[in-house]
Amino acid sequence: MDLNPLTNEDVADILALLDSLPYDELDLQTPRFRLTLRRAPGGWTQSMQVLSAPERLAATAMSHRGAPDHSDVTLPSSAAGAGEGGNAADEAEDAELVAVRAPLPGTFYRAPRPGAAPFVEVGSRVEADTVIGIVETMKLMNSVHAGVAGVVAGFCVANAEFAAQGAALLRIRAGQ
Amino acid sequence: VILRRVLIANRGEIAVRVMRTCRRLGIETVLTVTEADADAVPARLADKTIEITSYLDVDAVVAAAAAARADAIHPGYGFLSENPRLARACEAAGIVFIGPGADVLEAAGDKLMARGHAAAAGLPVLPGGLAEAAGAEALAERIGYPVLVKAAGGGGGRGLRVVRDPGELAGAVAVGSAEAQAAFGDARVYLERYVSPARHVEVQLLGDGENVIHLGDRDCSVQRRYQKLIEEAPAPRLGETLRVGMRAAAVAFGLHLKYQGLGTVEFLVDPERSAFWFLEMNARIQVEHPVTEAVTGLDLVAEQIAVAEGRGLRLSQASVRQDGHAIECRINAEDPAARFRPSPGTVTSAVFPAGPGIRVDTHIQAGSAVPPQYDSLLAKLVVAGGSRAEALDRLRGALARCEIGGVATTLPVHAALAADDEFAAGGVGTEYLALWLELQTRLVRDKSG
Repeated sequence: MDLNPLTNEDVADILALLDSLPYDELDLQTPRFRLTLRRAPGGWTQSMQVLSAPERLAATAMSHRGAPDHSDVTLPSSAAGAGEGGNAADEAEDAELVAVRAPLPGTFYRAPRPGAAPFVEVGSRVEADTVIGIVETMKLMNSVHAGVAGVVAGFCVANAEFAAQGAALLRIRAGQ
Repeated sequence: VILRRVLIANRGEIAVRVMRTCRRLGIETVLTVTEADADAVPARLADKTIEITSYLDVDAVVAAAAAARADAIHPGYGFLSENPRLARACEAAGIVFIGPGADVLEAAGDKLMARGHAAAAGLPVLPGGLAEAAGAEALAERIGYPVLVKAAGGGGGRGLRVVRDPGELAGAVAVGSAEAQAAFGDARVYLERYVSPARHVEVQLLGDGENVIHLGDRDCSVQRRYQKLIEEAPAPRLGETLRVGMRAAAVAFGLHLKYQGLGTVEFLVDPERSAFWFLEMNARIQVEHPVTEAVTGLDLVAEQIAVAEGRGLRLSQASVRQDGHAIECRINAEDPAARFRPSPGTVTSAVFPAGPGIRVDTHIQAGSAVPPQYDSLLAKLVVAGGSRAEALDRLRGALARCEIGGVATTLPVHAALAADDEFAAGGVGTEYLALWLELQTRLVRDKSG
């Protein structure tokens, strides 16, 4: 494969050599990479490990670290295994609070576009099919539905923050 | 200018791809990385890395290039690759932007403006126009249903919607507009006649601002939700009249724009009526460029760099040769068993085929993280052969030797498609993959029911 220490042509040359030899496997390791070539039914396979560490340029003024700290959310946001990472007590004492969870890991958006009104606010009345937000995963916008009728009680993830798969995005007081 | 150090403002396989040519040409590479990519394979391969918080931040990218004392920025595809602001900022900072000038990026990037340019250059365009809230219904009536709602601000399938019923138009325009705003920062959408069945064929252009040549065509009809999954060069079973006509049209468009660099003109083809229409122009290197490289023997990144250095075209139309056939499969971290749901995670094993006629462009290895915030492309498997039949045969064998563990991938779909008679016959339309997937789902259901 075309990872840089060796080009496709380099690998082809090595294979041409191997083809004439009685070996079924070549395992080549240097401080920079490890290449494994194996004879398989129908041809060769390759796997490459780049071992060298990245060389970083000294940090400059513009490389301020603005990346959001995903663990730093305001409301309890328990992950898929409910109660495990979240606030179990909170859920227990408020049995009618239903968490709407992220279907996939991704960035949670409360509004259809920057600057637009949010889909829902605290206190909004929702039906099961009401869209409460969008989770963007790998460039794909996934609409998230409330799943239950009720009133939005509070958000667990802020707009444009990252949400783990199964993380509570907001809570709905069901019924009413 | 001779470029000695290039800042690569991208990630993933294309970053690795650009580095490979730079290294061959003796050009030093500095790669921008976000925190999620700081230890990824491209970062390990670059001569140097420099951290930024977002690949979409024009100011940060230009500042990184200045800090790295890079002569040029290669933007890859996606992210800022077609952003006129970056081209302008480069010019202001005395940095070479490896791509067309800002004016051309504006003309091509605004899909509505590009339609106008195409018409002016004499290319056939589909009936359509800007969808304004008030006039959208009248416009759709004039075009005739079904119509396609498209984002003016960019391509890639985002904001695209087919509307078959007038009652759905307003909603589709609103949702498409929201998606367009989120993806491109531009809420404008336009309507165009929806043609189906149709094929998606594109022509690769290379220009130096004065001369423009084509490097042949590619067929990208195997798509799911407007995302290409398989591409090949040349387009199979196209017919010489169509092929010659499209190539000439693409060159005419390039000349009209005084195109500089690598670009692709996309066409919609109705093979039955032997007609084609201009769709859009992508003013950058394309994901599927390796199939063109495989049949022409050219290094498109090297040609891009030569043009950026102001050396003028090194190739004449007559010197561009095309031999054999090449097919590319996009191996994405998506789960075909769960409606292609993204499958981020950690790659536990990555074994690829090797041998004559096989090329794999990738940025993953065992242990690589597949972060959820970026697109799902893991690797491109490219096979070439003397004929399409030979390439296809090679593809089947190569796919059987691919094994990626830890994340779900589109590999099983590629293996099944490579074995499908209709695909093997060649020349499928854009509706092919959706129908094929539907059939598979039904077959599985029938078997279990």
